[in-house]
Amino acid sequence: MTSTPTAPLTRRDTKPRTPQGKAAKWFDDRLVLARPLRVQLNKVFPDHWSFMMGEIALYSFIILLLTGTYLTFFFDPSMADVVYHGRYVPMQGVTMSRAYASTLNISFDVRGGLVIRQIHHWSALMFLAAMLVHMFRVFFTGAFRKPRELNWLIGLGIIGLSIIEGFAGYSLPDDLLSGTGLRIADAIMLSIPIIGTWTSFLIFGGQFPGDVIIGRFYIAHVLLIPAILAALIGVHLALLVRQKHTEFPSAGRTEKTVSGERIFPTYAAKAGGFFFIVFGVTAALGGLAQINPVCLFGPYNPAQVSSGSQPDWYMMFLDGSTRLFPSWEIRLWGHTLPPLFWPTVVLPGIMFTLAAVYPFLEAKLTKDNAKHNLLQRPRDAPVRTSLGAMAIAFYLVLFLSGANDLIAKNFDISLNAMTWGGRILLLVLPPLAYLVTYRVCLGLARHDREVLEHGVETGIIKLLPNGEFIEVHQPLGPVDEHGHGTLAYAGTPVPKRMGQLGAMSPLRHVRGFFYPVKEKPEIQALLDQLEAGESEAEVETPQLTD
Amino acid sequence: MSERSEETPTLDELREMTPEEQMIAGAATDGVYVVHRRDRFPIPGTNAEKRAERAVALCFVIAALAGVGFVVAFVAIPYQWHLPGTPQNFRFYTPALGGLLAIMLIFMGVGLVLWAKLLMPEEEVVQDRHEHAASSEEDILMTEATLSVGLADTGLPRRSLILRSLGLAGGAIATVPLVALVGGMLKKPGKQLFHTLYAPDAATFPDTNGMVPLVYSDWRRVSPDDLLPGSIATVFPGVRALGPDGKDGVHSASSPTLLIRLRPGQVVKPRKGQADFGWPAENPEFLAFSKICTHAGCPASLYEQQTTRLLCPCHQSQFEVLDDAKPVFGPATRSLPKLPLGVDIGSDGRQYFHARSDYKEAIGPAFWERP
Repeated sequence: MTSTPTAPLTRRDTKPRTPQGKAAKWFDDRLVLARPLRVQLNKVFPDHWSFMMGEIALYSFIILLLTGTYLTFFFDPSMADVVYHGRYVPMQGVTMSRAYASTLNISFDVRGGLVIRQIHHWSALMFLAAMLVHMFRVFFTGAFRKPRELNWLIGLGIIGLSIIEGFAGYSLPDDLLSGTGLRIADAIMLSIPIIGTWTSFLIFGGQFPGDVIIGRFYIAHVLLIPAILAALIGVHLALLVRQKHTEFPSAGRTEKTVSGERIFPTYAAKAGGFFFIVFGVTAALGGLAQINPVCLFGPYNPAQVSSGSQPDWYMMFLDGSTRLFPSWEIRLWGHTLPPLFWPTVVLPGIMFTLAAVYPFLEAKLTKDNAKHNLLQRPRDAPVRTSLGAMAIAFYLVLFLSGANDLIAKNFDISLNAMTWGGRILLLVLPPLAYLVTYRVCLGLARHDREVLEHGVETGIIKLLPNGEFIEVHQPLGPVDEHGHGTLAYAGTPVPKRMGQLGAMSPLRHVRGFFYPVKEKPEIQALLDQLEAGESEAEVETPQLTD
Repeated sequence: MSERSEETPTLDELREMTPEEQMIAGAATDGVYVVHRRDRFPIPGTNAEKRAERAVALCFVIAALAGVGFVVAFVAIPYQWHLPGTPQNFRFYTPALGGLLAIMLIFMGVGLVLWAKLLMPEEEVVQDRHEHAASSEEDILMTEATLSVGLADTGLPRRSLILRSLGLAGGAIATVPLVALVGGMLKKPGKQLFHTLYAPDAATFPDTNGMVPLVYSDWRRVSPDDLLPGSIATVFPGVRALGPDGKDGVHSASSPTLLIRLRPGQVVKPRKGQADFGWPAENPEFLAFSKICTHAGCPASLYEQQTTRLLCPCHQSQFEVLDDAKPVFGPATRSLPKLPLGVDIGSDGRQYFHARSDYKEAIGPAFWERP
């Protein structure tokens, strides 16, 4: 262990002398912070690229709060009619709601308003996308297992609420596209048996569209749901801190420890930097890529609709299921159960329920009641991985069917063929995905064992005296009398190529982009000396005892 | 695991340590063990270190410059929309702001990450998962006792009178806000969904026997001469008074109606009891259907002349006009409701359409109460 060059400590008493020291003492006298603060600063976070999905989601949420607050300064959630007289000439003289007019105002009359509006929309799309991929990560690596089932459920709740939050948000501008979405939402409410019409009249304050829905969605979108989301995210993170991160197995990692970098300063700098990068990417999208151009759609009018009406991506699976579901209506005793009920209320209900019970179901079926802090590689849990692939295939067919009119148009396919194709694929593709994934998992797992047993292919072909050609394999560790490796599979990636064996000293990395960085001779001599000393010493491995 | 943490050093021992040793000792007392730690640049003053330092600083400088650029662009670039044909510089406004904002934020972020990765010491730290173990038997015992004695102290298990009355009070407290909120928002649907503004109204339209005239969205009346064969028009009930949904005839969501003029020779297979709903009543040339799709309520507005199909662009339900707007593909289950058309002679001597009555069925998406 080399030490940072530091001056020897000369402090002999507890009286602080520097201004920072005095301030720290002032707080410590009142709050007794020294120990709790140190514990927090020293908290250890493991690093893996897949752990960044949840971070992206969290940062997108923060960006949403920031940009959303900005938008409230200009947005007017009123459905009162107003004649537009703003800067955007094509809409001048058109009667529209104040909500739509103020959205145009944000886009055209407020300096920089459009870029913030678009950043808000893009980060909403990113928020949900990151959460979904984060959920995949947690699922495929088994991170939802005991003791983290609660956080899995909370995460599902956050996703469900966020979908509602997103829908409420893009309904606010009261443009033709979002109004059409609201009309469909009304039809979905109407389709609920017994209480359907009452629900619709309750939400819309009477018959659709009424004049209160934008105001109600507004307060739900900017206060109610974000407050619940913030609380759920807070609990999600608190549980993460309490239970600590999962990590992939690796040398020296056990179920009883977590290894990585401490929050202060390294992890804080990395995470803080990543926040800015995520914000930067949404800013680039918001500035350079148009999203939801409500000025082109016009105000909502129940008599109009445009072709190619697609909701935001996270609603598209519902749109797809609605398009695919056959026209099966149940009429009994003078009542109607519309076909819309099944793909929009029952199906998402089933999907979320299955996801919610999965951790408990898996624990019950595998009789696995142990606590797991080390993750599994997807190949090592082939049934789970294949079930996940099945779910993703199901979701993807629904998702693509949500845009089947655009696919039909752009690829010159019959629209009706797209619908039928979607119906068939929805039933055929998931089992197929299961079978293929299962095979792939087995193949990968077998190859891991094969390399452990026979070693890495070196690419060297040897001619034996008897004329036989054999390929030379590099064993990964000690071998038995038959030349078979004795290393057992430990749930970690197995090196498969020669280049993945052996690590180079970081001191020997060639630095420099155009030409290698050369050091002064006397400094280079010191470096060589240091390196020689290090290669002599045994490579430090964490010696963990239990 | 906690037995692994060494004894916390005494104050005197701590005072003899370097700050790094103190830090490591502090971490160890909290179950955090620095397994491996090394400076990225153990020899000070190397070119490689200066290079890394310059790279990080360069990122921060670029971020600062992009911030300045953002302010300049915010003020200097014209942002107001102009008609095509006039200078279109405003088109650069949003991309410039977004781009500069992105450069500022991304370089700030990359600078921070590079700082951590290139310059901060590399370390491998292991922390005990104290929460891994279950609660100790002793803790469980004592906590359980605390709970059960506390419960016994309240007397609830014995005093069923208090328990029951408390349940009642709790139920009341939970119910009242629910009733207050939901009750305030509740609206009775009644028969509203079964009626539209086409219902005859003798007081408002005495000239046509109360039958509601058809109008365009600008309130002009609709005449058969307006439409060429094979064309369609969206028409509305010409009711200026506000309906139960607070909208007039042109703006109510239940109003939009498609008026279709068939091409010569096209014959409609009529619905039972609605054979005379077109105009002329025998061998109709004009048909009027509710434009609101019976599936999810979007306007089914794409009319394909060649196949005489109406398509709803939301979920691709298709209705065959010559089959009296019967659904032939997609998720819709019911035909579009048909409006009985009639014609009267206006004051200018031209013929104008009116609705002889309201739709016979509820328009739009189906619901529970609908037969």
